[in-house]
Amino acid sequence: MLEIPCPWCGLRNENEFICGGEAQRKRPADPDRETDEAWADYLYNNANPKGVVTEWWWHVSGCTLWFKIDRNTLTHEITPIEELPE
Amino acid sequence: MKRFSIFSLARNALTGHRNWGKMWRSPDPKREYDVIIIGGGGHGLGAAYFLAKEHGITNVAVLEKGWLGGGNTGRNTMTVRSNFLREDSVPFHEMSLDLYHQLSRDLNYNLMVSQRGMITFIQSSAANRVALQMANTMHIYGAEYRMLTLDEVKRRIPIFDPSPDMRLPVRGGVYQPRASMVRHDAVAWGFARAADARGVDIIQNCEVTGVRQEGGAVTGVETSRGLIKGKKIGMAVAGHGSVVASMVGQRLPIITQPLQAWVSEPVKPILNEIVVIRSYYGTYLMQSDKGEIVVGQGCDPYPSYAQRGTFPIIEDATTSMLEVFPSFGRLKLLRHWAGMLDIPYDGSPIISKTNTKGFYIDVAGSGGFKTTPAAAKTFAHLIANDFPHPLAEKLGLDRFASGRLVQEGGVSANR
Ligand SMILES: Cc1cc2nc3c(=O)[nH]c(=O)nc-3n(C[C@H](O)[C@H](O)[C@H](O)COP(=O)(O)OP(=O)(O)OC[C@H]3O[C@@H](n4cnc5c(N)ncnc54)[C@H](O)[C@@H]3O)c2cc1C
Ligand SMILES: [Zn+2]
Repeated sequence: MLEIPCPWCGLRNENEFICGGEAQRKRPADPDRETDEAWADYLYNNANPKGVVTEWWWHVSGCTLWFKIDRNTLTHEITPIEELPE
Repeated sequence: MKRFSIFSLARNALTGHRNWGKMWRSPDPKREYDVIIIGGGGHGLGAAYFLAKEHGITNVAVLEKGWLGGGNTGRNTMTVRSNFLREDSVPFHEMSLDLYHQLSRDLNYNLMVSQRGMITFIQSSAANRVALQMANTMHIYGAEYRMLTLDEVKRRIPIFDPSPDMRLPVRGGVYQPRASMVRHDAVAWGFARAADARGVDIIQNCEVTGVRQEGGAVTGVETSRGLIKGKKIGMAVAGHGSVVASMVGQRLPIITQPLQAWVSEPVKPILNEIVVIRSYYGTYLMQSDKGEIVVGQGCDPYPSYAQRGTFPIIEDATTSMLEVFPSFGRLKLLRHWAGMLDIPYDGSPIISKTNTKGFYIDVAGSGGFKTTPAAAKTFAHLIANDFPHPLAEKLGLDRFASGRLVQEGGVSANR
């Protein structure tokens, strides 16, 4: 069981969350000018690393906040990277 | 290759089974091969076998970082079936079933195909609709898939005695008679033995760590046992697709997720069919030939390479199993394990060229044991001819840019 650090609620069990995928992807500035390949790369491809990845999580059964964490996909070590605004 | 037969069995029994001999050689890698296959699971070994058998390409090496079948081929729950939704999927999976039913003979190796049939419980109106659509599509391709009334389900599964206050009432079932269980280790070993006999070098404990290129084309691989040159390279590494493809800078439309399974102590025969509870995306269970109740569900819901599972899946699956088969609450858990699946965005396998000349990929996808023979055969065809096999034409990477996805994600689950 992962314990995900929600910036609002603190450590909570993983089944309160939905993983929202990799956070590094950048939406092309002008989709109409992109090739189909570049657009498909944005839509579908993932770095999918064996190691640390920055990803979105959604505390869907809690405070409903979307936030990012760094998570190691091999060791499951998690590093919080967001703090709540004051 | 020493052929197995009733006579070889008798002969070896008389000498106390001490003289069976090795099933394949363990050669040192040669300097260069025509084709290098990365990954010694069913997909990689099968591709090597078909390259040799159907395309006459025998200067082939299969490089495996661990031991044969130690990846997902030896971890899966052995279910093979062809109940799929799309016209691009059904014939491919049908070919795989056909091959499974004839391979024991071709390979001279008993894959222990056990045709139990699979019953999916219909527990929602959405599942009912999907089942009917699948049945119609499959009918077009001559694959039998038929609806069962609740009484028929009960007749086939006597221990199923639904209580009237079930959370999701079972209204009936849908049945594929040809779904089967296949001894998974035997698939790896049978392919390995037959490929080796045709000259393929199978090299274990040999991890590929890099891919050499020149002018946009592959020239070989760096491995834990040194540089091995190769004119063509085929990747069939299941839960490591992104890791190996990144060696040629190829990004893939997949995420790597754990899939768990667990088995009980063996008990007397009580369950013939493979049963899927809570419609298509739920829990599935079956009784192995050894008598164990084998249980599995969907993937853990986030990327992981840890090769172990998370507890909510086990809890959820157990809850849904006990609602349908309360007596299984007395079973003792014997083993639990996980593997890693590369799940493509649309849930269908990827058998494709890449942007690097001579680098081909076979991403087994969610339920890649059932596809092993078909994927191996069509992957070998692609590597040998540089154009896809007719039944795998729609399974290339180009489907993501063209938008012609083969959407199976929501309905097919793993198993
Ligand atoms: C618990 C579980 C249950 C499942 N149940 C079913 C089921 O019932 N039905 C079904 O159809 N499918 C099922 N599957 C999925 C199925 O097992 C896989 O899709 C299939 O076995 C993939 O076969 P493969 O040969 O591609 O991969 P694998 O058997 O995983 O082989 C890939 C090999 O590549 C090797 N490798 C990786 N990286 C490198 C490298 N750099 N260099 C050299 N070698 C490398 C690995 O060590 C591995 O042996 C299940 C999976 C799991 C985990
Ligand atoms: Zn929260």
